[in-house]
Amino acid sequence: MGLIQSVIERLGIPTVSITVCKELTVKVRPPRALFVDRPFGYPLGAPSDAGLQTSIILAALSLLQRQVGEPLIVDY
Amino acid sequence: MAHFSDLKLTYRIYMAAYRYRQFDWRPGAVLAKPLAESRIAIVTTAALHRPDQPTFDESVKGGDWSYRELPLDVDLASLRVAHKSDAFDHTGVETDKNLVLPLDRLRELAAERMIGEPAPRHFSFMGSIPAPGRLVDQTAPEVAAKLRDDGVDAILLTPV
Repeated sequence: MGLIQSVIERLGIPTVSITVCKELTVKVRPPRALFVDRPFGYPLGAPSDAGLQTSIILAALSLLQRQVGEPLIVDY
Repeated sequence: MAHFSDLKLTYRIYMAAYRYRQFDWRPGAVLAKPLAESRIAIVTTAALHRPDQPTFDESVKGGDWSYRELPLDVDLASLRVAHKSDAFDHTGVETDKNLVLPLDRLRELAAERMIGEPAPRHFSFMGSIPAPGRLVDQTAPEVAAKLRDDGVDAILLTPV
């Protein structure tokens, strides 16, 4: 997913990814990622929990206006 | 939290051998307009596809680098998850595809004017492509160009 993210960013379109495995994301070094402390298969928290899903999406999208000189990996 | 150690041994061996290919690292592009005016697209590596689209092929050596285009009005419940991997629990996404492709949530956010609008097209890839040459050279740039053509302002990427 990190490679796809990098290719999209090359066109100047801002991206943010969601990750449930920080160990992996630290190695992949995406420009921006929100770490969600959930198991594999549950990046937006829980099925049929619209409130939680929306909250995670907004937390991720809020990173789009931030630019730092290293991978921005923020805990949800 | 999801740890490598949660994964089955075969998958951990695969991940240990995985090379984290890097472009020259650069910071993310900055969203230049308010979120409330922005067109948002989802790119997922959950290997989702419509029933009438070919499935992803897990037997492709080096990984299936193809992608599927998913229009905004796609029937979420009808989508299939091509990943057969037992590296994650499929129950959640089978119950609610919004867990990885939150099109219902984007529509709600647009109705509440928290975002501008969902993009007309969203995209699905397989995850864990160990030999990503054709992904990087061909399919990911194709998808990036489609996102640009659709006037997408920002992308949310979701794994499984």
